[in-house]
Order: sequence, then C-alpha cells, then structure tokens
Amino acid sequence: MKLRSNWMLAVAAIAMITVAASGCKKAKVDPFPASGAVTGWQKTSDTRVFAANNLWQYIDGDAEQYISAGVVTTSTSDYKYQGTLEAVVDVYTMKDAAGARKILETGQTTDAKTVQLGDAGIAYAQSVIFRKGPSLVRIVAYESTPDAPQALLALAQTVEAKL
Amino acid sequence: MGNRRDFLKNAATGAMILGAQSKLGLAGILDQHAETSKSKVVVARDAQLHGAGTQLDEQRVLDLLDSAITAYTGHNHPVETWKRIVPMGKVIGLKVNCAGGKGISTHLALTLAICERLQQAGVKPGNILVWDQANEALESGGYTINKDPSRIRCYGSDVAGYEDRIETNGVVRVRLSKILTRECEMVMNLPILKDHACSGLTFAMKNMYGVVKMEDVGPMHVGNCNPAIADLHCIPAIRDKVRFVIGDAISALYEGGPLFRPEHIWHPNALIVGQDRVAVDQTAWGILERKRAEVGLPTLEAAGREPRYIARSADAAHHLGVNDPQRISLMEI
Repeated sequence: MKLRSNWMLAVAAIAMITVAASGCKKAKVDPFPASGAVTGWQKTSDTRVFAANNLWQYIDGDAEQYISAGVVTTSTSDYKYQGTLEAVVDVYTMKDAAGARKILETGQTTDAKTVQLGDAGIAYAQSVIFRKGPSLVRIVAYESTPDAPQALLALAQTVEAKL
Repeated sequence: MGNRRDFLKNAATGAMILGAQSKLGLAGILDQHAETSKSKVVVARDAQLHGAGTQLDEQRVLDLLDSAITAYTGHNHPVETWKRIVPMGKVIGLKVNCAGGKGISTHLALTLAICERLQQAGVKPGNILVWDQANEALESGGYTINKDPSRIRCYGSDVAGYEDRIETNGVVRVRLSKILTRECEMVMNLPILKDHACSGLTFAMKNMYGVVKMEDVGPMHVGNCNPAIADLHCIPAIRDKVRFVIGDAISALYEGGPLFRPEHIWHPNALIVGQDRVAVDQTAWGILERKRAEVGLPTLEAAGREPRYIARSADAAHHLGVNDPQRISLMEI
C-alpha cells in the first residue's frame, strides 16, 4: 500500500513539473487578428518585428523610453476599419510587467477613460492602450470618427484575448 | 515698396533672410542688422484653417503663408518677396518632418503652398526638392515620391545616399545626406511642432536630425539631445545652407511625442516663421508650455526634458541665434 502511494506521488510530481515546464515554454503567440476576425477590421500590412537594438528604425526618437523600460521586441501591423478608418496596432513585449506599467502610466491625461482590458487599460477618442503581463499594446486610429472608439475597443479586446 | 531699397528698409527690424541674401550679394547691410537688432519671429494664426470640419482649407493655408512671409519681410507682395528669398537657378530643398508618420507630419498643404509660391517666383519645379530621411516616412506623411527632374522632386535621403565622410563637431559624429551636401543650394526648414520624449521639443533645430544617416542618430539623443543638437547645427553644411524656418504649427503634439498620439494633438492653426533657428525654437517652446499648462501637464523641466539645447545653441561656443526673449522681436498676427 505504501509502495503504491509513493508511486502515485511520483506520478503527480512529474505531472506538475510537466505542467510548470509547459507554462514556462509557452508557445509564441500572434496577437494580431487576421482580416475579418473582428467585425469590420482588415489587416492591411504584414506584421513587422523590431528588436530593442533596432527599434529606432520604427520609432526613431521615441525608442529610448521603451528601451529604458525594458522593451525586448516590438511588433506592428496596420489595419483598416470598414475600408476607411486607418489604424496601427503596436505590441511591445517588455522584460517584465513593470516595464509595461511604466509606459502605460507615462503621459496619461485627465481625459483618459479607463477600460477593462488586460491588467489595465485606457482609451481616448482615437486610441486604446493596455497592458497585460509584460505586453503593452497601443492601438491608434488616424482619424476621429463617431464609430472609432467602439471599433478600436473591439479590436483591442481581440488582441488582448490572443496575448 | 517694390524696389530693392524699399525692401531692405522694410526688412530693417529683423535680420531678414540673411543667409539667402548672402549668396545674392545683398547681405552686407543685413549682416550689420543681424549684429545689432533683435531676431524677428512671426507667429501667424488663422483660427479657421480647418474650416468647419477636420480637413484643412488649402486656400487658407496659402493665405496664411502669405501673411506670415509678408509680415516677416515687411513686403506686401508675396511672390516678389520669394524672389528675394531664394537663389534662382539653384536647387531649393524643403526639409519636411515626417518622422511622426501619418497624422503628425509637416502638412502637405503647407509644403504645396510653398512650392506654388516658389514656382510663381520663378523657381523651376525640378529645382524644388522636398525631402526627409526616408521614402517610407515621406509616404506615410502623405507625400508622393518623385525623382523626375521635370517636376517637383520628392524623395528621402535613404535613396539619395549619405556622404562617406564623417563630420565631427563636439559630441556629434555624423554622415550627412547628399541631398544637403550636394543637391541643395539652400534649404528651407519645415518642421512640425511636437513634444519630444528626449529633447522636450522638436521643431526647427531637432528637425536636422533628419539630415543625418539613421545609424548615427541614436547617440545624439543622449542627455536630452544636449549638446548634440547645438553641435550638429555648427557643422557648416547645416549652419550655412539651412537658412529659413517656416514652422508648421497647424497641428501640434503637446505630449507623448514625437510619434502620433491623437489624444495629445491640438490645433494652434499657426505658422512660426523666422531666420534665427534658436529664436524660432524658443518661441515654439513657449507655445508648447502654454498648452501643457492649459491641460494640466507639468512643465517640460518638471517632466525631466527641458529643451536645454536651445540655450546651449545660443551660448558663446555655438552662437547659432538668440534665446533671450528680450532679444527676440515677436510679431503675432
């Protein structure tokens, strides 16, 4: 009886280690919704990925603040809503959640509206920004339209679910 | 008003178009004015620039440009004024700023308005070259790439190439765009007013980071871009060729720059014009700070990014212009 009990404990321990290990080696996720995955939204460009040391190629002049917050990679893709409203989705993967928090909290103004996205999120008329773990997501529309806030939020919710 | 003597007389309150006139043989008297008088900066506004909607009214942009130029020069005829500003038969560069991408680049309507007046003044289309660091940036800003020399040209330094020679001054070590060094006789600086995460402000002087090979730009952001911006402008090709600022403050970014952050955009509906790049930036800084105060943001100094490069540019070692408000003749129209 004792022998069987030890055997069961060993199996349970192996199972726990396996689960933990698979958690550590989480498969790479693609947070960018495909065209049509969110009603009205089309993905209009390939996803571009920038490592920290070449982030300047994408956001020259703004890269430093992300680097100092511990950015590891930045992915970006363009979108279009209903064929007219252009937007860009940027996903910054930081070293840790603190880096994502630091960027999110930088430059918030009083007209920011809190939204339930990830660990924390805010929205403005033409943009949505949220963080989830080490990820910081910024979605920006290039025009202000009446349906932009809801459309951006829907896109953001799908990105959040994929992270 | 139309002859050269009247023109010089009317320009006496400012160091009128000093650099450009130097090449035209008109600068002797003006050089003296530059030493003794205040630096003139014009802020021209039109609250109706965007009309009733969000679209810019292009005719009003052209009218605002005319108002700014005539106020700056004291001359009533815009086309005649342009004839005296630019050297004929030479390539005139219009250095726009599209680094912020779509949404916060030098407005195409402003650039086109300048192109129109230049052509009316007798500049051949092919002698107008609209440029920035990269084709991609220009396109994102709404510009169409064109290398056909029979039309207004528009392309990036990434296409034109950079000098192999490394220019050094102070802390900067840079390779310059061949558009600046080889193609343009004179460059007009067309920045757009933005807050900047490193330098605090990006306007006239910071815009010249866009004439430097991208790989060389990174180190120049250290220390709030100070003294890198001032050192960069002391390089002769930049100091001598970039002679006039027509600053775009039609839309501007008061926080979160230099990239497009729609939540921090506002519309000053203004142009900021001047020859003294330091005085122009000092004026733009004041406008930015007033907006930040209005929306409850801390000063740039409190935010840890006071644009100290402006004072550095005015110091005895750099002598690029004046930052003392008492020495700036600000004309607001």
